Amino acid sequence: MTPLVKTENLGIHFGGLKALNNVNFTLAPGELRCLIGPNGAGKTTFFRLLTGVHRPSVGTVQIAGASVVGSQTHEIAELGVGIKTQIPSLFENLSVRENIWLSARKRNTRRAADEITEEVLVRTELESVASTNVIKLAHGQWQTVELAVVMAGRPKLVLLDEPAAGMTGYEREKTARLIEEMNKDHAIIVVEHDMEFIKMIAKTITVFNRGEVLMEDTADSVLNNERVKEVYLGKQAGGVTL
Amino acid sequence: MTGKMNDIVSSGLAGSLALAAAFLMPLFFNDWELLQLMIYVILSMLALSLAFIWGFGGILSFGHAVFFGLGAYAYAIAAANFGETTLPLLLSIAVPSVFAVLFGYFMLYGRISDVYLGAITLSLTLVFEKFMNSTAGPQYVIGEARLGGANGIPSIPRLNVPGFPDWVLSTSDLFGLCVILLAGVYIGLKFLISSDFGRIIIAVRENEMRAELLGYDARKYKLITFVIGAAIAGLAGCLFANWGGFISPKVFALSQSIQIIIWVVFGGVGTLVGPILGCMLIQWFTTYLTTVNIINKDVVLGALLTAVVLLLPSGLIPTIQRLINKIRLPRNTTARIAVEKAESRP
Repeated sequence: MTPLVKTENLGIHFGGLKALNNVNFTLAPGELRCLIGPNGAGKTTFFRLLTGVHRPSVGTVQIAGASVVGSQTHEIAELGVGIKTQIPSLFENLSVRENIWLSARKRNTRRAADEITEEVLVRTELESVASTNVIKLAHGQWQTVELAVVMAGRPKLVLLDEPAAGMTGYEREKTARLIEEMNKDHAIIVVEHDMEFIKMIAKTITVFNRGEVLMEDTADSVLNNERVKEVYLGKQAGGVTL
Repeated sequence: MTGKMNDIVSSGLAGSLALAAAFLMPLFFNDWELLQLMIYVILSMLALSLAFIWGFGGILSFGHAVFFGLGAYAYAIAAANFGETTLPLLLSIAVPSVFAVLFGYFMLYGRISDVYLGAITLSLTLVFEKFMNSTAGPQYVIGEARLGGANGIPSIPRLNVPGFPDWVLSTSDLFGLCVILLAGVYIGLKFLISSDFGRIIIAVRENEMRAELLGYDARKYKLITFVIGAAIAGLAGCLFANWGGFISPKVFALSQSIQIIIWVVFGGVGTLVGPILGCMLIQWFTTYLTTVNIINKDVVLGALLTAVVLLLPSGLIPTIQRLINKIRLPRNTTARIAVEKAESRP
């Protein structure tokens, strides 16, 4: 099976700083992968290389078999990539329904987009605020709306940057459920800090450290790995049982 | 959908009003009076064109009069050469459109930020003004048409009925045409805005990054919006040349471009009726001030604009809408829900 995402020898240098170095990463269709690592480990930089925000200094990035090096953001999106950014990016002065519809409309006729919109509103439990403008919603709800927007685009690959940031307990569980449900038809890459959240959803984890991939394994073995605890979870290991 | 119904009702209203005005007003007003009214109609169309690209496309052009002037000059030059005015009419739309494609392509595909876009369009109109002012010499001639420098082009032939060069429009015909075209542009824009294309350009205005993340090429949508605005401004320019039978580089003056912005700000950015109303009120007021000649009109206009920006920052029409809602709402909660729904609609 051809991988959905494949990077080879990927690296980006800012001046003398190697923000990312020699990353060989593959993601199979339908997979759910979590990226973790301490601050500055290169997770977000890696994410930005996938979404075309940064251009790599060396190496290749392929999504669905196509090289995305130098592609415009909308071209990457058109390959079937749905992106949720770290700070929610939404049409703030438009209604929740309109936000979702705009996403659905990109690859569908008007009528199909209307149907997808209503279906996504139900799946994400956003019906009660469907007609409300996004700007009037609480921060946690923004995250859910953005997930709904990504979902409505029916992407092959979903990239989520810190989807649980700023969420309350219930919202976090709801998000975890949504991600699991989305994973039934979409491959997903999640960048996340929140370890409780990672434990809820993780199947396979890639650990970044100092711009390189430290290890890549099942959630259980990563979270129990001594070196991972050392580089990343050292501070938390006392408080959190892994 | 209630939104669609609204569009149909307001378009029907605009259409019937225009038809009534076009056919009835010439019965009650003489030619001189019709000419006085006609200029409001023509400038309103110019206001609409900026209302569309700024209010819905999010592109603030400080040189929008360039397209108006190009339309007027294109018509004047072509009409002097061809005699028959159908092709000149089409050219008055095509020339500004093509120019907007080229100019807009470099600005929008170059991803120039809003501030620079303002500065560049502002310079553009100054370049045109300087250039046209310098075309007084006999070498500046296109076919039969002398460009005439600061004196402009006089005795521009008036529109004839397509295919009948001798059947030239009378003043009341021209008035009717202006009114119907204004209504046509208004209705066309109304439907365009509520179409899928319109919903997408509003999305691009709201958050370009998100639109791109969804796969929309924001540059393309902005360029199309910009060109539509230029085409409408060009048509208004053609009517303007017909109205006075005269065109000069003054149309490219900075004050002309700024004036369009004032109409739109006054009436309400993000509406279509607002800028039409803003244009008519301000033009009427300016004319009145010049007639009574007590105080410099620019001082009054400046004060007025400051007052509007400070007191009614969203403009005339949005403020009136809010007031009406406030008065109506407390009595009836069902109405409130309906209005909130309508408000949250794009």
